[in-house]
Amino acid sequence: MSYAKAQSKSAVWDWLTTVDHKKIGIMYLVAGAFFFALGGFEAILMRIQLMFPEASFLPAQTFNELLTMHGTTMIFLAAMPILFGLMNYIVPLQIGARDVAFPFLNSLGFWLFLFGGILLNLSWFFGGAPDAGWTAYVPLSSEYSGTGIDYYVLGLQISGAGTLIGGINFLVTIINMRAPGMSMMRMPLFTWSTFVASTLILFAFPALTIGLLLLMLERIFGATYFAVHAGGNVVIWQHLFWIFGHPEVYILILPAFGIFSEIISTFSKKRLFGYSAMVFATLLIGFLGFMVWAHHMFTVGMGPIANSIFAVATMAIAVPTGIKIFNWLFTMMGGRIQFTTANLFALGFIPSFVMGGVTGVMLATSAANYQFHDTYFVVAHFHYVIIGGVVLGIFGGAFYWWPRMFGYKLDEKLGKIFFWMFLFGFHLTFFVQHFLGLMGMPRRVASYLDGQGLNDMNFISTIGAFLMGVAFIIFVVNIFVSMKNRETSGDPWDGRTLEWTIPSPTPEYNFAQTPLVRDVDAYWHEKYEGDGKMKAAEPLGDIHMPNGSILPVIISIGLFISSFGFIYREHGVIWVAILGLAITFGAMFVRSIKEDHGYHIPVEEIKNDKGGK
Amino acid sequence: MAQHGIDPTAPLTGEPTKKTKRKLAKELRTQLISFTFMIFLTTIAFISIASDAIPTGFAIPFILLLACIQVVLQLYVFMHLNERGNGWQNAMIWTGVLIAIPTVASLMLLLGIVKF
Repeated sequence: MSYAKAQSKSAVWDWLTTVDHKKIGIMYLVAGAFFFALGGFEAILMRIQLMFPEASFLPAQTFNELLTMHGTTMIFLAAMPILFGLMNYIVPLQIGARDVAFPFLNSLGFWLFLFGGILLNLSWFFGGAPDAGWTAYVPLSSEYSGTGIDYYVLGLQISGAGTLIGGINFLVTIINMRAPGMSMMRMPLFTWSTFVASTLILFAFPALTIGLLLLMLERIFGATYFAVHAGGNVVIWQHLFWIFGHPEVYILILPAFGIFSEIISTFSKKRLFGYSAMVFATLLIGFLGFMVWAHHMFTVGMGPIANSIFAVATMAIAVPTGIKIFNWLFTMMGGRIQFTTANLFALGFIPSFVMGGVTGVMLATSAANYQFHDTYFVVAHFHYVIIGGVVLGIFGGAFYWWPRMFGYKLDEKLGKIFFWMFLFGFHLTFFVQHFLGLMGMPRRVASYLDGQGLNDMNFISTIGAFLMGVAFIIFVVNIFVSMKNRETSGDPWDGRTLEWTIPSPTPEYNFAQTPLVRDVDAYWHEKYEGDGKMKAAEPLGDIHMPNGSILPVIISIGLFISSFGFIYREHGVIWVAILGLAITFGAMFVRSIKEDHGYHIPVEEIKNDKGGK
Repeated sequence: MAQHGIDPTAPLTGEPTKKTKRKLAKELRTQLISFTFMIFLTTIAFISIASDAIPTGFAIPFILLLACIQVVLQLYVFMHLNERGNGWQNAMIWTGVLIAIPTVASLMLLLGIVKF
């Protein structure tokens, strides 16, 4: 393909075939935001049902489906893809690369995630959504659930493959594609946390893949891994799920930590305090994240020594997390703090997340856990860490990087209204749930009786959920209202890292010349020690670009189609499964034998972009 | 438009340097020694099971140990993990092993049948 041909695609075809990390990042963000809204809508429906005792707004079965889909959607289809979107867009820019290491695989990862997510949500229209909780514990999910669980297994399997591909891609990108001078210990914290989160993906997702495979074999082919009457053991599923599940929450929170490190340092006008301690703490959290999964299973009956070991290991995680919290505080100390919306999210994060961390240590106390287990206390805890950590991080990152990604600033006034409303609604919803849990209200119940002292706090909680919903609508309005505020400088926040050195909008080749990195916070170093511009590490020349390809979409559609054959196997449509797999492998075969050398952007074009210099 | 780079798939031409030759000879020697050693280990493993000289309770952990040695040799000598520039691969493989150990141990022990 020539340069001229690559420029002349129609918009739809361009987005379907793109392998550009920036466009894939934006697609991740859009799809993730859609699923986020969907998951939030499901949450509000549940809160309406729980607003009054013995309400009949929803049938119990629908409630079970909603709680399952809310959890699954928010974790797999909202939080992770949105973080992947930010990583995709920002990480190559932060390390001075022109793209990720494997652009084709990057596109494949996105389309697998999207079709997996669509498959999962189609279950609403075909005989009911999965209803066994996002953890899908056996034997509930293997022997007592309908086709919904088949959608869950296959949907997560497909989107999980996409996530694994994405994680490996980031690892290789960060190891191999750094600009000259960008040593590991000069990488911005967001890149570091992406690196550690990708390592966690690499080691944690295989456990989920195996767990889902066993469940699939059990449901479709009558295997008996979990069937107690045939010598199976249901605890196998719990172990496999949580060996994946616990690192998963660190996969979510570590990138958010990275985002906050960038925001706090930028808006305090100071270098991040204790950079190497921050990196070390990130690595340590990542490692300890693999050694604590059984704290989700304290009440299973593993025995007192096993429980104690996992309890102590869990409490140990508070140490590196505390290191990070103090480093953020010290970064702010003595700094010129600017209260932009992005920084407000970072400041709101610190107390909110600490509250979630403290209840985490309470839950880690294995003896007390027998009291907390499966109550609203747990619900309050993980919403404090996930909303107070990950969601605030996502919104903070959105406000911070929005000018970089979309070429305009989000409105600060609307943004601040959004922030306060969201933060207030969030605490209103979940703070009271601690006490509901301590009073004995179990999680995942569709209703509760009158006269048990649960009425008022459930009502308050629902009001908080409405506030969060309204706040999110304000955010969406903000996106459209702010479109007129064009941002052309490329460096709206007086940034410190490489992503702010390029003009706005970001050219498709990112850097006309690969920059030379001379310090942590490379751009800041050049602003105060150099002439305010990055030194180039190479002469201006033609830039090699990969060709776009429609094959990732076809590969993903093939798996999507074949899933239906497996789900409706009892209706004699197994040929659909074979047809889908044939499409997938056919597309992979074409990819393997077709030579694809990409194209070059001629140097004249790059000079044009730079203003004819 | 300018010519871009050389074809990386083109076959190599010319003689290797003296240094490369020495390196290759050394590598051949290491590989032969490892190969012999690995056959020796396999033989021991076979004998320890085939003859009843060792009780079964000891024989199983013993041949598992031999298997571990073989895996490490395989990775380092024949799959070139010992060469320079493989730091990341080493780090990742050993991290994976480190994570797999508690996983396997818990799936064998912590299933609620025996309490610990």
